[in-house]
This record gives sequence, C-alpha cells and structure tokens, in this order.
Amino acid sequence: MNSILQPAAAASRSYRVVRSTGASRVGGVVLLAATAALLSAPWWADRADMRFATEFLYVLALAQMWNLLAGFGGVISIGQQAFVGIGAYALVFFTMKMGLDPFASVALAGIVAAALAIPTAAIVFRLQGAYFAVGTWVVAETFRLLVANSSWLGDGSGLSITSAFRGMTPWWRDASSMWVAVVLGMGSTIALYLVLRSRFGLALKAIRDSEPASESLGVKVTATKWVMYVASALGCGCVGALAFITKLRVSPDSAFSLDWTTTMLFIVIIGGVGTIEGPIVGAVFYFGLRWLLADYGSLYLITLGLLAVIIVLRLPQGLWGYLAARFNLTFFPVQRRVVMGDEVK
Amino acid sequence: MAEWTNTILQGLMLGGLYAMFAIGLSLTFGIMRIVNVAHGDMIIVSAYMAFWLVETFHMDPFASLLIVIPVMAILGYILQRTMLSRALSGGILVPLMVTYGLSVILQNVLMEVFSANSRAMRVEGLDTASLSLGGGIAVGVYPLIVMCTAIAVIFILQLVFAKTPLGRSFRATSDDQSTAQLMGIDNRKVYALAMALSFAIVALAGIYLGMRTTFDPAAGPSRLLYAFEAVVIGGLGSLWGTLAGGMVLGVSQAIGFRLDPGWGVLSSHLAFLVILVLRPRGLFPRMRDR
Repeated sequence: MNSILQPAAAASRSYRVVRSTGASRVGGVVLLAATAALLSAPWWADRADMRFATEFLYVLALAQMWNLLAGFGGVISIGQQAFVGIGAYALVFFTMKMGLDPFASVALAGIVAAALAIPTAAIVFRLQGAYFAVGTWVVAETFRLLVANSSWLGDGSGLSITSAFRGMTPWWRDASSMWVAVVLGMGSTIALYLVLRSRFGLALKAIRDSEPASESLGVKVTATKWVMYVASALGCGCVGALAFITKLRVSPDSAFSLDWTTTMLFIVIIGGVGTIEGPIVGAVFYFGLRWLLADYGSLYLITLGLLAVIIVLRLPQGLWGYLAARFNLTFFPVQRRVVMGDEVK
Repeated sequence: MAEWTNTILQGLMLGGLYAMFAIGLSLTFGIMRIVNVAHGDMIIVSAYMAFWLVETFHMDPFASLLIVIPVMAILGYILQRTMLSRALSGGILVPLMVTYGLSVILQNVLMEVFSANSRAMRVEGLDTASLSLGGGIAVGVYPLIVMCTAIAVIFILQLVFAKTPLGRSFRATSDDQSTAQLMGIDNRKVYALAMALSFAIVALAGIYLGMRTTFDPAAGPSRLLYAFEAVVIGGLGSLWGTLAGGMVLGVSQAIGFRLDPGWGVLSSHLAFLVILVLRPRGLFPRMRDR
C-alpha cells in the first residue's frame, strides 16, 4: 500500500506520452511527397488520369468529412448530400448569376453550405442517435424539393454551367480542377489530422465515447458538435461545387442524390471508421472495385453493399483498422500512448 | 368549399397509408431501439412480391396478402435472427450501417430482377369507386379501406400489447432489456418476433401501396421517410399518435399538391420540420402504457 504512494517508486518507472511513431514520420513524408506529385500532375499526366485523380480526391474529401462526423464526433448523418447539393447550386449562383470565376466559387460554395448548416443543425440536433440520422435525410430531401421547385435555379431538370468556362482553355480547366481537388482531398486529410491532435480533437473523441462523461469533465458538448457539423458541411459544399465543375450540368436529382452519402458511408465503413488512413484505404478499394465491375451495372452496388454489411458485422474497425491492429501500424496517429521509461528509445 | 373539404378528406385518408408504413418502424424502434433504414425497401419488396403473384398466377391483389404476409413475417424473423441480432450490440452505427447496406442491396437486386420500369397493380373498378357524402363531398372507397385497415391494425396491436403474454414480453423488453432477460425472457426471440410482426405489417402496407400508386425499385427510401416522419410527429411510442402523424403528413401533402403539383411532398416535409421545431417530442409523446 505504502509503496504505491511513494514518489520514488513512481520515479523509477518513468513514463512519457508519445504521439509520433516511426511509421508516422514516414506517413508525413509520403503525404507531402504525394501532394507535390499531384500538384505538378497537369504538366506530366494525361487528361484521363487527371480526371480520375480529381474524382478520387474529392470523393476522399467527402469520405473524410463523414469520417469526421461519425468516426470522431459520434454523429451519424445520412443527409450530407444536402451540403453537396447546396455547394453545387451555390456554384450555379456565383458563376451563372454573379459572373464569378468557377474556381473562386468553390470556396464561396463551402461558406454558403456552412452558413445553411447552422439553421439545419438547430433543427436536426433536436433528434438523437438513429433518429438524427434519418432526420438529416429529411432535411436533404427538403432542400432538393425546394430547389426543384425554383424556376430561377432551373426547376427539376437543372441547368448547364458550360458558359461559365467561356474563354478558359481545357488544359486550364482540368489543371485548376486538379489543384482544387488536391487542396480538398489532401487538405481535408491533413486538416483532420491536425485538428484531431488538438484540444478540439480530444473533445470530439471524448464526446464520441461518452457524452455525459465528457460533459462532466468540462467539454462543451453542444458547441463542439455544432462546430464539427458546420465544418463537415463546409467541406461537403466545396466538394459539391468542384464535382459539378467537372460534370458541367447541375440538376436537383444529381446534386442532392443519396448516392453521395452512400459513397461516403461505404468508403469509411470499408476502410475503417475513426482513423485518418481508413478513408484513404476505403477510397482505393471503392475505385478499384468500380473499375473491376464497370461492366456489370448494379452488381457493383450489390457487391459494395454486401461488403459493407459483412465488414461492419465482422470487422467493425474496417480493413485499415484490422491491418493496423494486426501489424501495429499507424501512419497518422491521433491517439496518445503512454510509453514506460525503459521502453523509451 | 366542397373542393377543399374533399382535399382535406383525401389527405386524411392518405394518412392511413402513411400510418401503415410507420407502424412497423415504430414497433421495431420501440422494442429494439433501432431504425431499420431498409424499412421502405421492404415495403417495396412486398409490393413486388404481390405484383409477381398477380402477374404470374392472375391472383387477386387482396388474395396475395395471404401469401405475402406470412412470407415477409418469416423473412423478418430470419433476418433478425441471423443479421440484425448480431448488429444490436454495436451501438447505433452498426445497425444503421447494416440496414443501410441492406437497403442498397435490395434496391439493386429489385432493379436486376424487375428492371427500373415502374409497376402497378390494378383492381378493376376499385380505383375509381367513391362514396358520396352529400354536398359534393365524396370519399374514395379504396382509401377508406386502407384507413379502416390501419385503424384495425393499431387496435389489434394495442390488444396484443395489453392482453397477451407476447405483448407483455414486448413491453418488458422495451422498458428494460436486461431485467426482462433476468425474468426469463429470451430477448433474441422477442426481437425476432417483433421483427416478424413488423414485416407482416410492412407486407400489408406494401400491397396497399402497390394497389394505389405505381412503384419502382428506388421507391423505398421516400416511404421510409414518410414512415419516420409519421412516427416522430405522433410521438415515439404512441401508435394512435403515429396515425395522427400520418394524417398530418397526408393533409399537408394534399393541400400542398392542390396549390401547386410540385409542392405536395415538399409540404409534408416542411410540416414535419415545423412540428419538430415546435414540439420536438411529437404531438402525443408516450401515450401508450409501458
């Protein structure tokens, strides 16, 4: 009994809190190298590859936004397509109605989505848990129907934004899309990594693990959840604008499609919810499977759905979570580990 | 005036169908605390099952109930025992994701089997028949049948909850799952029976939907949303509240549609959001004894 209280005993087994690992230093270097390579892609890659990389990166950004909500904040939304759609229609507004540059509009679209996320949060946060999830979906449907009934925004059939690119060379359009996609895809991954290592990230994870416990320790649960929800909407809004820059035609059904959320969900669940690496692995898997099953129509979604169900039941930590636990790997560590004195190198 | 009365009456009757969508959802949420995201797709699967029976064996749509209801109930039981019971232990994420995955799978399987074309089941004469109430006010016979069925289903369920051992185990499990287990209730069996009951009502709702409007493989999610809205408007745990919730949705949809055909569904979503803001716990929270 006495020995536990003696400071000398504690001192003999000194410990420290460690965050980086050997792999994490490799992870940081690889991430920076990949970002540099992607930014220079317009000078060495061909068009098809660049378009693919652009889509990969914005889908990765979407997945990270959903991962932020579900994996770190414990808030499960199936209505993030609301903010993708709002971003897409903000793009229509800023380019077609205000005559602004499409790529400058991407940031503005994110701000519009974030602004609309505030009243949305006021409504949906009245619901809890699974009901919150379906509630966000109702809100997304409401936004879709409001847009579909607005003749100013092109009604249900949508409108083309091709004329916003008049006078722009195709190379510049593809290159700018690529750069914006790098900022969104890599940026969201890096931002999530940095935020999660901060005090705010610690608060998020505490809320995910137990709301009452974190509240009793002084975490401002409501405010933290709001900030996270609005941040996620900001990311989804930017992606919505960029996605439709590459598609050139915006309609309520495609902009507010549930498929956006299905994509986010499947990528994060398959890759591993609650890790930075998970969505990257999930996105590689998602696009790989799409490429493999390109000729089989709806079989692709059936396979993806089956995999998601099996993984969520058998490997709730996802593919990355399984690998990370098996080989003790973390490229982007967001947890703190205690290392005892004699283990410290 | 009579026109508006008719509109509101139509909306009220439509509420019967929405309540039928919602009862199964309310039941499984009340007992297991999970939201089955594939609920709407199960409604559409039932409609396709009946459609297939009607097309292949020239069966009367009402007669198909005798086959589709038991088949769906058995499917519900099996689904719960095999997949969902495994998901229940994993917080809210796991059951949501499993049923979400199921929803995507079902939609795409229906697409493969029945193509994306929309289908309908016609009952000769029934779709146009109406009862005149005088003064230019009339109510369709078919919507009236749906409404009476919804009321009967709720009435029977209330009796089951109040009077039978099964209902008692439902209520006990809903109140406190672990204590119920201590008292000798096998909660996995109770859950599976609740899911079977929910699926039986889903089957009824699906066939009634199929006789009223066209449906296609992607029609499930919007049915889930109506069901969900009716449950929340009515107040969790109250079946009569769910019926009232369905009526609120139906009436707002009918009024919206009358003002502008594009506003029908939008109005019911807006009505739901307004009620959520004004009365977050619904109109009749926890009316049922529990």
